[in-house]
Amino acid sequence: MDFTLSKEQLMVQKMYREFAQNEVKPLAAEVDEQERYPEETVAKMAKLGMMGIYFPKKYGGAGADVLSYAMAVEELSKVCGTTGVIVSAHTSLCAAPIFENGTEEQKMKYLPKLCSGEWVGAFGLTEPGAGTDAQGQQTTAVDMGDYWLLNGSKIFITNAGYANVFIIIAVTGTVVNKKGRKVKEISAFIVERTDEGFSVGKHEKKMGIRGSSTCELIMEDCKIPKDRLLGVKGKGFQVAMKTLDGGRIGIASQALGIAQGALDETVAYVKERKQFGRSIAQFQNTQFELAEMKARVEAARLLVYRAAMKKQAAMEGSKEHYTVEAAEAKLIAARTASDVTRRCLQLFGGYGYTRDYPIERMMRDAKITEIYEGTSEVQMMVISGDLLK
Amino acid sequence: MKAIVCVKQVPDTSGKVAVNENGTLDRASMATITNPDDLAAVEAALRLKDQTGCEVIVVTMGPPPAEGMLRELIARGADRAVLVSGREFGGSDTFATSQILAAAINKIGVEKGDVVFCGRQAIDGDTAQVGPQIAEKLHLPQITYVADVKVEDGVVTAKRMLEDGFMMIQAETPCLLTCVKELNEPRYMSVGGIFECYSKPMDVFDYNALKDDPLIEVDTIGLKGSPTNVFKSFTPPQKGAGTMLEGDDVAAQMAGILAAKHLI
Repeated sequence: MDFTLSKEQLMVQKMYREFAQNEVKPLAAEVDEQERYPEETVAKMAKLGMMGIYFPKKYGGAGADVLSYAMAVEELSKVCGTTGVIVSAHTSLCAAPIFENGTEEQKMKYLPKLCSGEWVGAFGLTEPGAGTDAQGQQTTAVDMGDYWLLNGSKIFITNAGYANVFIIIAVTGTVVNKKGRKVKEISAFIVERTDEGFSVGKHEKKMGIRGSSTCELIMEDCKIPKDRLLGVKGKGFQVAMKTLDGGRIGIASQALGIAQGALDETVAYVKERKQFGRSIAQFQNTQFELAEMKARVEAARLLVYRAAMKKQAAMEGSKEHYTVEAAEAKLIAARTASDVTRRCLQLFGGYGYTRDYPIERMMRDAKITEIYEGTSEVQMMVISGDLLK
Repeated sequence: MKAIVCVKQVPDTSGKVAVNENGTLDRASMATITNPDDLAAVEAALRLKDQTGCEVIVVTMGPPPAEGMLRELIARGADRAVLVSGREFGGSDTFATSQILAAAINKIGVEKGDVVFCGRQAIDGDTAQVGPQIAEKLHLPQITYVADVKVEDGVVTAKRMLEDGFMMIQAETPCLLTCVKELNEPRYMSVGGIFECYSKPMDVFDYNALKDDPLIEVDTIGLKGSPTNVFKSFTPPQKGAGTMLEGDDVAAQMAGILAAKHLI
C-alpha cells in the first residue's frame, strides 16, 4: 500500500491548513459558545471548491479525489469539529448519493448548486424509532399518480436549518422478502426546502459540535414531483446504507482531525506549563501519554486514508466495496478521538476543564463521532457480519 | 491585455534563519514562502483578471524547485508561468536580476494595455530595487508602493503609500507597479485550481532562451554582472525588553530616568 501523497494532495493539504488556521480556528470557540452555524465560513469554503471536492468538473465539482476530501474534513476538524461535519454531511450524505444514484437530469439539477455551495445538503434517515434499523421507518411516501405525497418526521438531521436539499428515506409500501415475510419497502427521495408541506422543526441543543445545525424535519402532506425518486423504488435502504459507507469515511476523518487537533494543542501546552520547577513535558508520564496518543492517531489515520483510497478506487470502477474499511476506520478513529481528547484534557489539568482552552470543546465534539452515522456498536456489527458471513 | 507578475521565493523568516560560514543565507535548510509583497502583486493581477478577463503570467528567477511556488500561484488563478533558471544566472544581485527579468519580460512581450506587477521588496534582501530597475530597463513608466489600483481604458490609477500620506498617480499602459502587502488580502489556492495547476503551461527560460536579448551579456548577469557583493550576514542581537511605566506621573518618571542617564 502506497500512502505517499501526490503533489496535488500535498498542496491541497497545505491550503486546508492555512484556511483552517486563518479562517476557522479564530471562530471555533464562538461558534461553540453561541451554538452558531458558521455561514460565513461555509461561503468561503464554497468559493474555494471545498463543498464539492471529489465530484467531476462536469457537475461543478473541483475534480479532486476522495482522499483530498477526507483531508479537508480532517484539517477543518483539527480546529473546529462543527466546520468539519458541515462539509462531511453536505458532501457524503447529500451530494454523494445524488452523484451515485441520481439520473443525469437529477445530477445536472442538484450537483452544480451543491458543489458551488449555493445550496447546502442534508440527509434524513433517522426517526425517533428508526435509524440503522430500516424496518422501524414511519415516514411514508405515497404514489399519487403525478406526484409523491410524503408524511412523517425525521430527527437529528445535520445541516437541517441551513440546507436546501434533503435526501429523505421513506416507506413506499410492503413487499414479501426472500423468507416469505411481509416487510416495508423503502425508497429514497430528493426533497427541497421550498417544497409544499415541508418544514424544519425543533433545533437540538447538543453536548458538542454545537455550531452544527441539528434539527427535526417535518413532512405534512409534502408534495414532491415524480422525478424526485432517487434510484430505484424499493432500493432506498441500499441507497441509505451505501451513503452511510461514504459518510463514515467523512466522520472518521472528523474524528481523526479532532484527535490530532487535541494532540497538537497539548504538545504546545505541556512545553509551556511549569510544575515543580520544570515544564510538564519533562515528566515521563507526559512523554509516554503523548507517545501513545501519537501512535494511536497515526494508526487511525492509516485506516481513514485507506478507506478513502478504496472509495476512490470504487469511483474509478473497482468492483471491491469499501463498507468494512469505512466501518473499521470510523470505529477506530472515533474511539481514538474520545480517548485522546480525554487524556489530553487530563494533561491540561484544571485549565483544560475551563472554556479558556479548546480542549474541553474537543472532548465534547469527539463523543458524537462514536454515535452518529452508525454507532461504534453498529460498526462492529458491520465488521463482524463480514467476518462471519 | 496581460498582467505579468514578477515573484520571488524567499526563506520563511518566521521560522529559523540559517547562515552559511561564508556569511550568505543557507537557503537550502530554510522553509520557503512566496514573498508577501509579491503575493499582493499576484492578487492585484488576479483581481484585474476577474474584472477584465486578462491573462495572468507569473515569472520568477530561481533554481528548478521554484516550480513548486509557480504551480501554487497557478492554483490561485494565474494562467501560466515562466521559470527563469540557469547556472549562468546564479549569484545575481539586484542589478543583474533586473537585467535577466527584463529580458524575460521582453521575451513574453509587453504591449499597450499590459501591466507588469512586482512586489515592493523581498523580505530576504529588503532592497526594493528590482522592480524599479526592471521598469528602467524596459523603458516603462513605474509607480512604486502601490496600495490601491484601478485600470480603466489603458490607464492605471494608483494610490501610493508614502511614509506621511498617500499620493494618487496615473500612468499609461504598459507600465510597471510595485505593490505593498497592504494592497489586498491574497486569495487562497482553490481545490479545483490545485488539481489543474500541473496541466497548465510553464515555460523555462534558460540562458540560451534569453542570450540574444541586448540586456544579456556575460558581464551584466550572474555573479560577474553583479556590482554588489555580500560581505557578511548576521542575525542582529535582540534588544532587551522595554520598561513599562505606570501611574499618573509617567512623564515625571521618564524625565527622571532620562536625567539619570544624562540624556537630558
